[in-house]
Amino acid sequence: MHDKTLTELAAGLASGEFSSRELTQALLARIDRFDGDLNSFITVTAEQALATADRADADRASGNAGPLTGVPLALKDIFCTAGVKTSAGSRMLDNFISPYDATVVEKLAAAGTVSLGKTNMDEFAMGSSNENSFYGPVQNPWDSDAVPGGSSGGSAAAVAAGLVPAAMGTDTGGSIRQPAAFCGITGLKPTYGRVSRYGIIAYASSLDQAGPLARTAEDCAHLLGAIAGHDLRDSTSVARGVPDYIQELDAPLAGLRIGLPREYFGDGLDPTVASAVREAIGVFESLGATVREISLPHTHYAIPAYYVIAPAEASSNLARYDGVRFGHRCDAPEDLTDLYKRSRAEGFGEEVKRRILMGTHTLSEGFFDAYYKKAQQVRRLIRQDFLDAFDEVDVLMGPASPTPAFDLGAKKDPVSMYLQDIYTIAINLAGIPGISVPAGFAGGRPVGLQILGTHFAEARLLNVAHQFQQATDWHLRRPALAEETL
Amino acid sequence: MQWETVIGLEVHVQLATKSKIFSGASTAFGADPNSQACAVDLGLPGVLPVLNEAAVAMAVQFGLGIHAEIPEVSVFDRKNYFYPDLPKGYQTSQMYHPIVGPGEVEITLEDGETKRIRVHHAHLEEDAGKSLHEDFQGMTGIDLNRAGTPLLEIVSEPDMRSAKEAAAYLKAIHSIVTYLGISDGNMAEGSMRCDVNVSVRPRGQASFGTRAEIKNVNSFRFVERAIAFEVERQIELIEDGGEVVQETRLFDPERDETRSMRTKEQANDYRYFPCPDLLPVVLDRAYVDHLRDNLPELPDEKRARFQNALGLSAYDAGVLSASRAMAEYFEAVKEVCGDAKLAANWVQGELSGALNREGLPIQNSPVSATQLGELVARVKDDTINGKAAKEVFQALWHGEGANADEVIEAKGLKQVTDTGAIEAMIDQVIADSPAQVAQYRDAEPDKRGKMIGYFVGQVMKASRGTANPQQVNALLKEKLDALC
Amino acid sequence: MALEHADVLRAAHLARLGLDDDEAAHYLDDLGRILAMVDQLQTLDTEGVAPLAHPLETTQRLRADEVTETDQRSRFQRCAPAVEQGLYLVPRVVE
Repeated sequence: MHDKTLTELAAGLASGEFSSRELTQALLARIDRFDGDLNSFITVTAEQALATADRADADRASGNAGPLTGVPLALKDIFCTAGVKTSAGSRMLDNFISPYDATVVEKLAAAGTVSLGKTNMDEFAMGSSNENSFYGPVQNPWDSDAVPGGSSGGSAAAVAAGLVPAAMGTDTGGSIRQPAAFCGITGLKPTYGRVSRYGIIAYASSLDQAGPLARTAEDCAHLLGAIAGHDLRDSTSVARGVPDYIQELDAPLAGLRIGLPREYFGDGLDPTVASAVREAIGVFESLGATVREISLPHTHYAIPAYYVIAPAEASSNLARYDGVRFGHRCDAPEDLTDLYKRSRAEGFGEEVKRRILMGTHTLSEGFFDAYYKKAQQVRRLIRQDFLDAFDEVDVLMGPASPTPAFDLGAKKDPVSMYLQDIYTIAINLAGIPGISVPAGFAGGRPVGLQILGTHFAEARLLNVAHQFQQATDWHLRRPALAEETL
Repeated sequence: MQWETVIGLEVHVQLATKSKIFSGASTAFGADPNSQACAVDLGLPGVLPVLNEAAVAMAVQFGLGIHAEIPEVSVFDRKNYFYPDLPKGYQTSQMYHPIVGPGEVEITLEDGETKRIRVHHAHLEEDAGKSLHEDFQGMTGIDLNRAGTPLLEIVSEPDMRSAKEAAAYLKAIHSIVTYLGISDGNMAEGSMRCDVNVSVRPRGQASFGTRAEIKNVNSFRFVERAIAFEVERQIELIEDGGEVVQETRLFDPERDETRSMRTKEQANDYRYFPCPDLLPVVLDRAYVDHLRDNLPELPDEKRARFQNALGLSAYDAGVLSASRAMAEYFEAVKEVCGDAKLAANWVQGELSGALNREGLPIQNSPVSATQLGELVARVKDDTINGKAAKEVFQALWHGEGANADEVIEAKGLKQVTDTGAIEAMIDQVIADSPAQVAQYRDAEPDKRGKMIGYFVGQVMKASRGTANPQQVNALLKEKLDALC
Repeated sequence: MALEHADVLRAAHLARLGLDDDEAAHYLDDLGRILAMVDQLQTLDTEGVAPLAHPLETTQRLRADEVTETDQRSRFQRCAPAVEQGLYLVPRVVE
């Protein structure tokens, strides 16, 4: 069963080919068997999963099943889940049992899905390799020497390894799309405001957005339909109807105008990745799309602007971890300052501290205008680049990452790690949606094609990605690990 | 050297919303610790704020009440600092684009003079929790029930020049917010709190001196006392060759002094930046106009109307408009009795005296405005005289009788105005007082006026206080003079 | 803009992050390189460009003033490190 897509599993459940309990048990057994090395889960909630699966089967028996009833999936450990440890990959929250559910978790439960557990991630979603987790690195199922990408590395690896058909992730600068690309699966970052952020542990509030990682665009369409929508508890969520993403998947691509941002094909792009992406674009041309080059002139300012805005917001968002109401508290604090300084020094890892220090510095007196205000001005220019481009083309395409997955431990220098996100980060600054789909291999490691659309163009992106997946089979390729049966 | 005091006030007013500014938790006072601190108030991982409509409306009403500009767009910022009563490690406030722009408040001083105090701006923010310093194994306990209660911080310009002006300004703010019903104004429960910025400078100097900020000044009386102490401290310091340092000081009402909050902390840097969890608040004109059209009459408008339309003195108008409850009571008395001046005299005289003696607020007066109005009406139409009226008031105060007429009837206090009856009483008194009549006759005519008092007293006594004193006077004079 | 050791210590104090001197030196090096990368922003002319705080320029929605939350203290305090009589405990705060 583990080799099926979410869409196929939903059909199997609907036809009675297997029950949710059988499916859940089979996947829990795979997690048990393979995740020791893979390390894609922080917490496996087997008992709750089986109970939920039984309820799903009962609902189906009584005729109350929806399209996703009984479908297993996993949640990045950044989604607050009532009664379950929600760590954000941090020692700070190693003891945090969330007292409430995130809106995404509520919606997935209401749709009848079965959560198998919480997946590994870079601490507080800060990272591009999953090496910044308190719970240790995650292996890339394609190559145990390679990183799975980050920060939703556990979610991507679990899907690629066939432990779950889909997993939820969050994307602040590429954290869904880049691990999806590295692990050879499909990952969608929706428009900012499309999915509620309530109950998602905040990294950078004006950039964070949740989305699905799965085998196919069709799977992602099912899941986006379940989690999207206005939430009265999130002021930044948008009051706008949710289209039927499934219905639009089959629209033909003839006449689709594709733009290739010149800046996404320049220096630093691995030539094998480049040729895989160009080949994928050729597929679209054969489907009747037209292709033209376009410019996003402020691309190179995206990483600098991001590394002002995201750490600034993070420095403030992470101030609540003070050892008073929840989370790690140091032993026998001498006084209040000692309580704060030691709890936070012990609770946070190195990258988190780096970004807190960075954000604190750039917001402090005398630096605010030069850094924060400047970065917000640049943010407007970056967004305008995209809006101008979408006046001329329907979608933009390019690589999701300049290289395939790199080796564990290969990027010691933070700046070289940050530069990995060159093709994904501007999308968060602009708030537009993006999807990464499997588009070949470079050196045996998967390559992701990134497709971008204007605000709220998710239906179009899913349609374009789905049509590509109808014409190619990259998304059907499996690592050896996923081919293994028990 | 002659010194001049310069004072500016930052007044924090808790808005009377049912729920908190960014969450649906109750704002009720006095609940069990942390029982009204919800996930959002506690700053649990992942929670988000949503702005309370009533807090916005109340802030705008205040702005309209002080004739302030209401900017179309206001923005919430985060003020970042660590303190145990601040759950998120930042306070959501408005630094750069406050909801209320510049306005002004008119204050009335004791001599009846008025002065305009400019308000720099007012902004919305969330209150913090409370630290309880009782001994919990050498620890401090934190109660976050208050965290997230909406506050309107009203920042004045440094326009006040004395402790009395500062107290008058605070009273004016108090009466505006209570008139508007946007705060209960209860200073004892912390619904209104005040930080005072004080500096001194040689009279005639244009630039300001270095100021000290005094925190924790939470009553009208304390404002005056804290400023008085602080001004004296600063002048003494400078005259002794010292220098005032810019610092935060704490007012200690028990020792009646301010003292430095000495802290080894480095100067704070709040790192304000726009809160990414909240979007800009945009107020359209129609919304603001709607609130303006439904604004109640405010104290200064009421004061002006009492003076101009009702003919009250500036002093009376000021006292009677000082609080909404007082003004409403007075206006109800006036409606019933139909005489503003008599109503004003009775509310400020007999009624206020009785309330003060019992320590009662006017809302809890045992004599209702209708009862007092009916009583005053009987004074106005001469049914009873002033002395009897006081007796009726006391009876009503103690619940003896449902209304003035009933008491007048029961006690036989109706004024005697029948000339025949009064003349009969006068004749009797003259007949009974031959010695006094003789003295009167022998006295110089200019001394007689004084001597008539004895006869008036006797006649009033005979009438058990009910004879009309003016008539008694006139008739007595006539009859006695006829004997001379 | 050159970063100094004192800047790192100042930020660490503002952020209440305990750092020893070696760690501070390590972060000074890292942050220096990150800031050098960030300083590319200064080469761009942004005169007259309005700062963009949110990717979607929408406005704040207001919530009706209703009490919707009930007392969940015991639930919320289950994850608290130190509580007594319903209060969160911290080392004595001296005013």
